Formats: sequence, structure tokens, C-alpha cells
Amino acid sequence: MTKGKVTGLIANLLRVKPEGPVRQNEICYLLTGGDRLMAEIIKIEGETVFAQVYDSTRGAAPGDKVEFTGQLLSVQLGPGMLSKKYDGLQNDLDGLEGIFLHRGLRAAPIDLSELWPVSPLVSLGDRLQAGDWLVETTENGLPHRIMLPFHLSGHWRVTYICPTGNYPVTHTVARVEQDGREINISMLQEWPVRLAMGAYREKTRPFKMMITGVRTIDTLNPMLEGGTGFIPGPFGSGKTVLQQAIARQADADVVIIAACGERANEVVEIFHEFPRLDDPTTGRKLMERTVIVANTSNMPVAAREASVYTAMTMAEYYRNMGLRVLLLADSTSRWAQALREMSNRLEDLPGPDAFPMDLSATISSFYGRAGTVLLNNGQRGAITFIGTVSPAGGNLKEPVTEATKKAARCFFALSQRRADSKRYPAIDPIESYSKYLEYPEFAAYMEDLEQADWIAQAYHIKNLLQRGREAADQISILGDDGVQLVTHLLYWRAELLDFVLLQQDAFDEVDKYCPTDRQAYMRRLLLDICDRNYQYDHFNEVRPHFNGMINACKQMNYAPMGSPIFEQHLQKLEELAGQFLDATSPV
Amino acid sequence: METTAFNRHYTEISHITKATVSLQADGVSNEELALVEGRLAQVVRLQDGQVTLQVFAGTEGISNDARVTFLGNAPVLQVSEALLGRFMNAYGLPLDGMEPAVGVRTEIGGPSVNPVRRAQPFEPILTGIAGIDLNNTLLGGQKIPFFADPDQPYNEVMATVALRADADVIVLGGMGLTNDDYIYYRQRFETAGVLHKLVAFINTSENPAVERLLVPDMALTAAEYFAVEHHKKVLVLLTDMTLFADALSIVSNRMDQIPSKDAMPGSLYSDLARLYEKAVQLPSGGSITIIAVTTLNQGDITHAIPDNTGYITEGQLFLRQDTETGEVIVDPFRSLSRLKQLVIGKKTREDHPQIMNACIRLYADAADAKVKQENGFDLTDYDQRCLQFAKAYTRELLSIRVQLSMEAMLNKAWQLVADWFRPEETGLKSELVARYWKGKK
Ligand SMILES: Nc1ncnc2c1ncn2[C@@H]1O[C@H](COP(=O)(O)OP(=O)(O)OP(=O)(O)O)[C@@H](O)[C@H]1O
Ligand SMILES: [Mg+2]
Repeated sequence: MTKGKVTGLIANLLRVKPEGPVRQNEICYLLTGGDRLMAEIIKIEGETVFAQVYDSTRGAAPGDKVEFTGQLLSVQLGPGMLSKKYDGLQNDLDGLEGIFLHRGLRAAPIDLSELWPVSPLVSLGDRLQAGDWLVETTENGLPHRIMLPFHLSGHWRVTYICPTGNYPVTHTVARVEQDGREINISMLQEWPVRLAMGAYREKTRPFKMMITGVRTIDTLNPMLEGGTGFIPGPFGSGKTVLQQAIARQADADVVIIAACGERANEVVEIFHEFPRLDDPTTGRKLMERTVIVANTSNMPVAAREASVYTAMTMAEYYRNMGLRVLLLADSTSRWAQALREMSNRLEDLPGPDAFPMDLSATISSFYGRAGTVLLNNGQRGAITFIGTVSPAGGNLKEPVTEATKKAARCFFALSQRRADSKRYPAIDPIESYSKYLEYPEFAAYMEDLEQADWIAQAYHIKNLLQRGREAADQISILGDDGVQLVTHLLYWRAELLDFVLLQQDAFDEVDKYCPTDRQAYMRRLLLDICDRNYQYDHFNEVRPHFNGMINACKQMNYAPMGSPIFEQHLQKLEELAGQFLDATSPV
Repeated sequence: METTAFNRHYTEISHITKATVSLQADGVSNEELALVEGRLAQVVRLQDGQVTLQVFAGTEGISNDARVTFLGNAPVLQVSEALLGRFMNAYGLPLDGMEPAVGVRTEIGGPSVNPVRRAQPFEPILTGIAGIDLNNTLLGGQKIPFFADPDQPYNEVMATVALRADADVIVLGGMGLTNDDYIYYRQRFETAGVLHKLVAFINTSENPAVERLLVPDMALTAAEYFAVEHHKKVLVLLTDMTLFADALSIVSNRMDQIPSKDAMPGSLYSDLARLYEKAVQLPSGGSITIIAVTTLNQGDITHAIPDNTGYITEGQLFLRQDTETGEVIVDPFRSLSRLKQLVIGKKTREDHPQIMNACIRLYADAADAKVKQENGFDLTDYDQRCLQFAKAYTRELLSIRVQLSMEAMLNKAWQLVADWFRPEETGLKSELVARYWKGKK
């Protein structure tokens, strides 16, 4: 392998003079002060190679040795990744010695000694291509398929397949042959993280709702399996709380959380809670379906940039075995900032706000790796991707938000105003959208589930909220008695929907997760009230009337559906909803 | 700083800017310290034999044949229990006329704690201030700044919090502190009889700005020593982080880095996060809690410094003067403690989250009513009651002059709500109303 010497450095950017050939993006190691620090070539300019070091370069000096590996930055893939906590370079954090993350430490991502119960899925002589399933094992209750390595091209014939039994990941589970070349297949394979993993037949349009249990998403702006979405919002507006609620509650087989340049205490919360909490669909522990890739804000910046790719590659791996993967990244702005720091140090021509010129392309090709795929065997797999965006100054007119808006199909905008008045989740119901509401595939799917009214009612509710906002504006301009009574009614209808449907307490045992049947029930109940034609003599009557109904509904939200308390408040609600009705016009 | 016979000397400086000097030198390593005509400097760039040094005290008057001595190591602090009771400058050298504290030489700005080795914060830090304890409960291991305009009494509030917080060790990092504030802190801690558990690193407004860059790392290295080695509960006070960030921008602009928003370096987020993330609860019981001050320009939190800070810290405490009552309060709207949900209603009384939120919501309604009033509209009876409530809430709970126990705050909150509202106007859970509502329902 090629060797080289450091000729200069600034922060974590090295200049190296190599003694032989090198390739763009290959991994090299800087040997300094007894440590072996991983780095990646990011630019080659004549005699000089620029490499970003994934660690602190304190004490490094010109003359230090560099060893090139010829390999691109890759992750190891195989059974045993679920419930692991990795850093951005896929080191197993539990495997690292000591309290502090001393630089240069490495810990193997996959346990080589654990035995896996394996059973074959193919027979001798079968013709396979990359990605086809060879054998199956079980990982935390999920089927885990060992696939023909993704880098192989053409067709391969099975010449050996292992008998059912328990094996470690390094065991040869199959042998395949092409043109007289025979290779051994183990349960481990590697994939370069910056390359989208193919090995499927085609990408298809998403159609199936991914239930999150968060009313304002499912009911108003649904996310689909294999869909993309993003959550921009100023600091403290609830991005992380919302994303973690989705991580806990979403109906997915595997959840991969990339904590990208955010707080260590937030991942600690996941470490502590996920092993205790149940997956609402399977009843197993949440941690069993989860992989965490933690590159918190105090970890080296270059590794932060790599971490989102590490997470995406693991997601693609599970997708290719026919699973429904949910990938969450908090916050993609930190990733963009890492790109910015590097490009500034390379003295590249800066784009808007000093971000790299190709930021938009980088973001859209990352979002492009999500989606639903049809595998070669006719099965489906999906990656649903939701990223958060932390716009500078809370202003959505900034490069990361704008680039992401072009790439993602759902937009869950968190509003400072809602957060300030503790109207959580602070998703602005009018600014936000889900393009999937317009998908005919989704409409057909909902019809099959006999939920055809879901989409129409989502539009109806949005319309009521919009009119409520206009009414609020009028009242604030003209005063309570400067507007017609109906304006008050419009305003309070929207308040009812806001308090009962949009707002949801992420920390209440009952309210935090709202199953779809309950969502449908509440939605119909509320729309029924909103459709009633109330008549008041004075605007002063509207607030107490609606306050009473809001209060009854909120109590229902806090109570298990069908429980005595629920029924009691339902009765109270019906009583209130029957007051002030105009006897002359039909209900 | 001592130099030895092994140190390498140079006398030919090729470039001088306001904050940096460059020269040809061999055998120099990244982040190594040097003395430039006696002024402390640090290596920030190495290229083809050319070394660029950031001179902490500035380069004013440095000549191009100045003597440059490389010291062979990154900045260190000697850590030991002898730090307790000491006042030092940004380099960790005594300000109190005594001998330097000796101990284990520890490089400042060391690595971070492995997240899997952290414990979850669990211990409330009670201050007696309702704007904090009731609305934004603080926990050991948390990092949180006060956001305040320069005319707000943030240093007084911070000293009060530090004294009530019951920490084992208090580390004060002063950056650009006025001499008056420095003396204020000293006297306040002395009067309270806590000097024996105080460690202070002080850079005053008279000291060179770039020296400030060392203060947080010094303070946090001392804090880590007590928290990790002695399992102590350490409270770190950093004031004023805005002046720290200003010093960062001085250096990066001198290094020709492309500035991002508000002339701040593009790395501002990472630079601040590296410090704040030192806050930790360790499983051994030791903890580092960071309370900082970020001064604002006329309440503008969209400026890059408070903005990046808000994205890093676990909430913020927004100090402002209430125009109606003249009281200084921790603003219930813009303040936040993100760790509070780990304890409220669990370690504190069950009704805590609900009554807290109810009060804030009513306070928000009062703000709307006030806007109505200012626009010259008639107020409804509900609006009137909201305004009355807000006044009482400000005077009897929010004012930083009020000091109450947790229990008393909760009771007071229920009392104020019941004084002005009916239960169904509050959205409070019916079981809680049954148990805690004061007076007529
Ligand atoms: N659904 C919710 N229910 C109750 N409280 C919430 C909810 N969402 C957010 N909050 C409150 O808001 C605080 C901040 O939320 P969160 O940490 O998710 O913000 P964020 O947008 O991720 O901020 P940052 O960009 O700084 O990371 C939480 O600590 C919590 O107190
Ligand atoms: Mg967050």
C-alpha cells in the first residue's frame, strides 16, 4: 500500500505527499504520537493530497507518516447490528475502553463470536444475482437474510449451501461460481457508505401509510412507507421530541437513528428508555429494532459528515432483505455545517451562506437513497427518511432548508409561535404539507382499508384551520365586536381542532400515542361538531361554550379510549355540543 | 511560563497580523504553545515549513525579529485539590499573589465522554426562583445559558443561583468581566463563605480579548478533574460567552476564514458545542453542570451567537424586565429547560407539569389581551381576568426577588389560577383539579 508524509495541516485538514498512487476518497491513517488516526482523502492536487482526519490532530506535525489503504470508507454489514450504539464511523461505543473517547480507538461493529441460527433459502445449482437471499437467520425476532454480496455483477451459481445450524458471522454459509471462479460467502459483507446500494429490481412510488401515532402527522399530513420528510424549526421548537416520538411509535421493522452533531444527553435518553419501552406493534422492546449512530456535537466534525452515510448504508442493507426501515437524522443542518467547514478549509468557491456550491445536489442525492423498492424476488423493502433541519436564526430562507424542501416530499414546519405558547407538537398546520395526499396510489390504498374519507377530511380540516386563522386576524384587526358572530365561530372551531387534534402531549402515557382507529373516531367526532350551525346572541357566549367542549375533549385525550372517564367526558361533550343549536336550520 | 534548554528559538517572523504571526520553523506540532517575545501563542496552521501562531495577547508592538520559543506542548493546567480557593488568569497563573497551584499536568480541551458511559441527569438543582424551579427546572449535568441584555442583572442572578445550588465545587470562568463584576463575584462568594470550594479563571475587560479563548477550557479541565477523579458535583459558571465568541471571530477573521452569519466563523457551532458538551452526569455520582451567560443585543436571539448557543444548550433562561410591574423575571415564553421533563411530576409533585403549563398558557392569553388593549379594543371579562392573573403571577411567582420552596410555588400557582379562573378554563386534568383546586370549583 502507498505511504506518505504530512507536509502541512490546519485543524483536521492534512496535506500529505504520497509516495505512490492514491485514489479520491480512499481511507488513510495518520500515525502521530503513538495513535493511528483515520482520515479520508477529499482532494488530490498535483503532488499534494488533502485528507480530513476523523479525530483531533493535536500534536501532529509535518513529517508524520501516513498509510493509505486503497479502500473507500465502508461499513460492515451482517447480523448483530440491531440494538447497537455506534459512533459515526461504526465503532461499537460499548466496546470502547474508558470513560473518555480517546482518539484513535476502534471497536469492531459486529461480534464475531456470536452464533446465529441459519437456514438455507436456496438450493444447489440456483442462479443468483447480487442482493438475492441465500440463507436466513433471526435477529431480535426479525428475519435477517444473508444476501449475495452487492458488488458482484452478473449471475452466480450456487455450488455449496450450509446445512441448517448455528454459525458465527465469519462462517462460510454458501459458495457461488461464475465462469469457473468460485467464491465463499460469509454472513459479513462491506459496502462503501457514499455509494447508494443497488441490487434491487426497481424503485416504486410509495403508497402505504406509515402510522406514527402523532395525530397532526397521520391525520393531516401523513407519511408513507418509503417516503421522505423533514422537520425544520428554530431551537427548542420540538424537532427532537417529535422525531423521538416517531422513533418510538412508528410502525416500522427497523429504526435507525442518526444523532448527527446534536446533544449527548439526547442519545443517553434513548439508551435509557428504549430498552424499557415496548414497540407498539410487536410488543418487543424498542431497543431490539433500533440502531443508533451517534456522532454528538462534541465528537470530531469530519466523522459527523460520515455518520449520516453510515446510517443510510445500514438502512439500505436492511431494506434489501425486504424490511421496512425508518431512518431518522437529527440534525441534517449539522451535517451541512460539517460540509461547509471542510469546503472552507479547502478554499473551495463558497455558495450562499458559505455553504459548498453543490450543497443542494448533495442533499437531494442523500434523500434520493430513501424509497420503496421492488427486490429481485418480488418482495418489497422500504426506507422512510425523516431529517430535521436547524435553520440559522429560525429563518427558513436559508440554504439547507431550501435545498431540503426540494428533496423531501413532506414538510413539517415547526413554528416558534406555537412552541412559545406550548402548543405542542408545534407543527404549523397551514405551512406544512404532505405531497402524498395527492398520490392516487395512496388514495387507492386508503380506499382498500375502507378509510376513503381520511384524505377528504384532511383537506377539510386544513380548510377549517385556514379559515380559523383568517378569523383570528380579523378579530385582532377589528376587535371582538367589530366582526360578525360567525367570525368568532370560525375562530373557535379552529381552536377546537387545534387543542384536541393538533396538540398532543408527548409526555402523557395515554395521549402520546394515538392509534389510527382512535384518530379516525376523534376526527369524525370533531368534524361533526364543526359542521353544526351554532347561534349565539353575543360573542361572549362563544368562548365558554367552546372552552367547555375543548376541555371535555382534552380529558378524553388523556383517558384510555372507552374507559369510564372517557365515556363520562364524551357524554359531557355531547351535552355541550347540543347547546346553542339553531333550531331553524338543519344540523 | 518556564522555558528550558531544549526549547527551540527562532527570530525571523515573516508575517504579522493583528492576532497571528508566521515564521519558518521545524519540528513544530499542531496546537503546540510558543512564546512570542514573552507572549503566549499557539500553533494554528502548519504548511511547508511555515508555522502560523495565534498570539493570545495580540501582536501589537511585536517586531519581525522577535524571539519565538516553542514550548513543545498544548496548553496545560496543573490539576489538584490545591486549585480550590484560587483565583487565576486565563493561563492558569495566580492572580492572588500566591504560588501557582501544583498538580498533575493536564492538557486542556481533552476528549469527550463516551455517551454510553454517561448517566441520565436525574437530580434537580433548586434555586428558589420560580421562573427556574417551577417553569424550567434545572438538573445536575445540564448546560444552560442566561440570555440577557447587557443591562440585566445576570451576574447577580447567576451568583444567587450558584450559592443556592448546593454544589461541591464552583468553577467560575470570567471572560471580559468588568473589574467591578469581578470584585462583585469575589465579595459575594467571600461573604457567603464559599471561597474554599471556588476555583476561578478570570479574564477581565482590561486583559487582551484573545486570551479569553483559554478560559472555558481551563475552567472545564478543572471541573472534569473534580467530577471524574473526586466524584464531585461541580457547577461551572461561564460569563460572558458572547465575549468569548467575539474573540473567536477575531482570530478566524485574521486567519482569512470565510465568515458565515454575523461575521462569526463557520465553525462557531462546533466550537461552542465542544465546550458545553463537557456538561455531564457520571454514573459515579460526579457531575458537571454549566450555567453560562450569553448577552444579547436588544433581545435579538437570532444573532449567530445566541442562535448557535440555543441549538447546543439544554434550554435557555431568558432574563427580562416586566414592563407592567417593573420586576426582573425569567421570561416564561422564551425560556426552556429541556431536561425538566425527566423530573417534573416524578421527583416533584405529580401536578407540577400540568399546573406549570396551565399558568403559562393563561399568561400567554394575558399577552394577547394586552395587545388587544394596546390596539384600543374593548376587553372581555376573560381578558380582564387574564391581565389580573398575569400581574399577580409576575409579582408573586416570577419575580427573581421571590424565594420559595418547590411545594410553596406549586401551591401558589394553584391559588393564583383559582383566584381568577374556573377549572374548565384551564384545561387541567380533572383528577388534579379534584385534588388541588383551591376554593370554589
Ligand atoms: N410534543 C411535545 N409535548 C410536550 N413538550 C414538548 C413537545 N415537543 C417539545 N416539547 C418541549 O420543547 C422542548 C424542546 O424540544 P426539542 O428538544 O425537541 O427541540 P428541538 O427543536 O430539537 O431543539 P434543538 O434544535 O435545539 O435541538 C422539550 O424539551 C420539551 O420541553
Ligand atoms: Mg433537537
